[in-house]
Amino acid sequence: MADYAIECKKITKTFGSVVANDQIDLKVKKGEILALLGENGSGKTTLMNMLSGIYHPDSGEILVNGQTVAINSPVDAMHLGIGMIHQHFKLVDSFRAMDNIVIGTKGKRLTDKELSQKIKEICDKFGLEIEPEKRVYEMSVSEKQTVEIVKVLYKGADILILDEPTAVLTPQETERLFDILRKMKEKGCAIIIITHKLQEVLEISDRVTILRKGKSIETVETAKSNKQTLTELMVGRKVSLEIDRPEPEHVDTILKVVDLSVDKPDGSKGLDDISFEIKKGEILGVAGVAGSGQKELCETIAGLMQAKEGAILYKKTNLLGKTPSEIINLGISMSFVPEDRLGMGLVSTMGMTDNMLLKSYKAGKGPFVRRKPAKELAAKLVEKLSIVTPSIETPVRMMSGGNVQKVLLGREIESEPNLLITAYPVRGLDINSSYVIYDLLNEQKKKNVAVMYIGEDLDVLLELSDRIMVLCHGKITGILDARTATKEQIGLLMTGDTEDAAEEMTKGGQTNE
Amino acid sequence: MNKHTKEPLLRTVKRAEMGNRQILILRLLAILLSLVAGGIFILCIGYNPFVIYGTIVTGAFRSAMAVQATVKIMIPLLICSLGVTLAFKMRFWNIGAEGQLIFGATCASFFALYCSNWNHVVLLLVMAVAGIVGGGLWGLIPAFFKVKFNTNETLFTLMLNYIAMYFVSYLQDGPWRDPAANGFSKIQRFDANAALDKVAGIQCGWIVALLLVVIVFVYLKFSKSGYEIGVVGVSQDTARYAGMNVKKIILKTMFLSGAICGLGGMIQASGSDVTLTMNVAGGVGFTAIIVAWLSQLNPFVILIVSFLFAVLEKGSSVVQSSFGLSTDCADVLQGIILFFILGCEFFVRYKFVGRSKGGDK
Repeated sequence: MADYAIECKKITKTFGSVVANDQIDLKVKKGEILALLGENGSGKTTLMNMLSGIYHPDSGEILVNGQTVAINSPVDAMHLGIGMIHQHFKLVDSFRAMDNIVIGTKGKRLTDKELSQKIKEICDKFGLEIEPEKRVYEMSVSEKQTVEIVKVLYKGADILILDEPTAVLTPQETERLFDILRKMKEKGCAIIIITHKLQEVLEISDRVTILRKGKSIETVETAKSNKQTLTELMVGRKVSLEIDRPEPEHVDTILKVVDLSVDKPDGSKGLDDISFEIKKGEILGVAGVAGSGQKELCETIAGLMQAKEGAILYKKTNLLGKTPSEIINLGISMSFVPEDRLGMGLVSTMGMTDNMLLKSYKAGKGPFVRRKPAKELAAKLVEKLSIVTPSIETPVRMMSGGNVQKVLLGREIESEPNLLITAYPVRGLDINSSYVIYDLLNEQKKKNVAVMYIGEDLDVLLELSDRIMVLCHGKITGILDARTATKEQIGLLMTGDTEDAAEEMTKGGQTNE
Repeated sequence: MNKHTKEPLLRTVKRAEMGNRQILILRLLAILLSLVAGGIFILCIGYNPFVIYGTIVTGAFRSAMAVQATVKIMIPLLICSLGVTLAFKMRFWNIGAEGQLIFGATCASFFALYCSNWNHVVLLLVMAVAGIVGGGLWGLIPAFFKVKFNTNETLFTLMLNYIAMYFVSYLQDGPWRDPAANGFSKIQRFDANAALDKVAGIQCGWIVALLLVVIVFVYLKFSKSGYEIGVVGVSQDTARYAGMNVKKIILKTMFLSGAICGLGGMIQASGSDVTLTMNVAGGVGFTAIIVAWLSQLNPFVILIVSFLFAVLEKGSSVVQSSFGLSTDCADVLQGIILFFILGCEFFVRYKFVGRSKGGDK
């Protein structure tokens, strides 16, 4: 009985009318890595939040080491040895690593020396590397993640839950994390890793539990599965994983960025002296670890952020110093999708009609808004992109992620832009919606629109883009031909390791610009 | 190793999105419950709740004069609620309606006191404009500091209330003091020429208020500026992205918000008080905040709610005179009703779930 570190029996959790978890069963053995696979909104995070005491199930049982337990708070979870590493780190920036590690523990306060000794023991045991004296704000993302892991280990966790741990890591850092996880597994820890990246599931896990629409569909042994079967289980039907890449036709430069430097609002460097071009009819992919300057790049081109130096030439007109409305009038349409999707491109409480008006409400004379054309446009988009919504007046926040994205991208495309900037356009979308978005972008490309695609999934970037620009700490570390570049190469450039990347390039016998 | 932890007795759980009908029923139920709770309170202090409630209603409607008095109470409340609604739509926490009303009234009073020999219509129009500009400026000050230095508008607007109030106190003690009042510090009564005319026995401010209901509704719902306010209210990033000048919109909207309250001040001073006192606002600016939110920022609902508030207030004063019950009791009743109505908003979105049976063996 006690083989299983965690057993979930028929767990159900509803939020209002949404059933997030519907009679989910899940088991993890000690010394096993279980991957929890599912598309966005399939209930992965909800389930894990119940194990870590953030939510409480409406019904169902949770057994830890064979005993039924009630987990009412993260403290309860900690006492049971369950530690969760959240997607967004929960660290105090101005504290040192060791302070963050002891936060929330009870008992006598240890001296710095005793504490670092204890931390060192843990690190040695699992092959982790950490500098206890370093302050969190000075750390890279993967260092922060390591602190999070040590934090839960220090509290005695032997059941680890990692929510999308690789989303913020480069391929090399991911590899290092996986080594650590394997070591923990050897020491008898039970590990649950939440992800939607199939490659990683196959690489690290022993078994995979697949969730779809809040239900546990199946648990399979990783060794007996492959990408195709997992995708089918996840989506519920056969899907093609190929992305189209039409050849670019007219390759005139439309936008030229010269020596651009931008400071973040806090004064640190956002973009550091970057220069590149975007051509008509191509998709320029932008890769980089989150926060490498992608946001600054988009917002500066759109006129939302002030540049410090340099120029952005759009058909010989310098865009710097122009207001967003002046830039919109030049025909530069930008579809910018920040992490909270409804935070910038759309007005969450308004319906589709009013959202269509966002950039055109000033049209026409007189003090009143003309809603009729917007209504027609909304109806047209619903039909053209098969958007699912109860009505075009339903607030867009009530719509699903994929549909929201279609509304946003549809509106931008309807304005017939020359340059389309999309930041993470498929973030949070299911596979099917993602492919609809790729098709829409390719359609624009065929219409000779220049597309800048800021993405996070390197596989997709490699398949969709014509060229890939890699950003690292606000600098361009390389612009590669996507047809010949490799994932490893991009990974190295993402960490700013241009030398090894060049070596990787010559090894493959490829030359790029 | 683990202590046997039990589930908590009650948990809050998010509800499915309710239909409008259900929400209405829930709200009506809340009002009913508040009356019951208020009844218990009245019972506790030794009165018959049915008699008291009856008196409140009949007190507000028992005669033409009573109705007129009720409407008179409603006018400034309605106007201020409409004023703050503009700001609230933009998620700008203007709790300075009180001060904007007072300063508007003060500016209007200047003309009432010193230009009382002007043509009646011209004088009233000038006073109205003075009220609008005064209130508008009082609203513009916190907005300016907000866009310039990102100051906290809640504190800023609140503090300006007291400045406006004590400015009037200074005026009545100093430059505007009525020399005929024998040492009693007050501002003299306006000349009849500076008083608003009556229509249907009530000062004509009620017509202005009703017009404002329609104007504010149309402005928010159909105008380009109203659309901008809506977008800025939900997300300033989205507004910037759409090419809107967010700062300008904040300044403009806060001017209008203050201007409406200032006009309310002119109407109160010239139409009802026929003088300027420190009490020209009398807390209306704060009640307006409650009215606006209870009405979900809908101008027509604001009309109804502010009328009901006026009924409660007028009725309570009748209760006071016929039963000797202090008006403080009316405030307690108001508080109870608000508590229940605002409290029911929680149940629109959440419900309680008890410990599941058998789930904890």
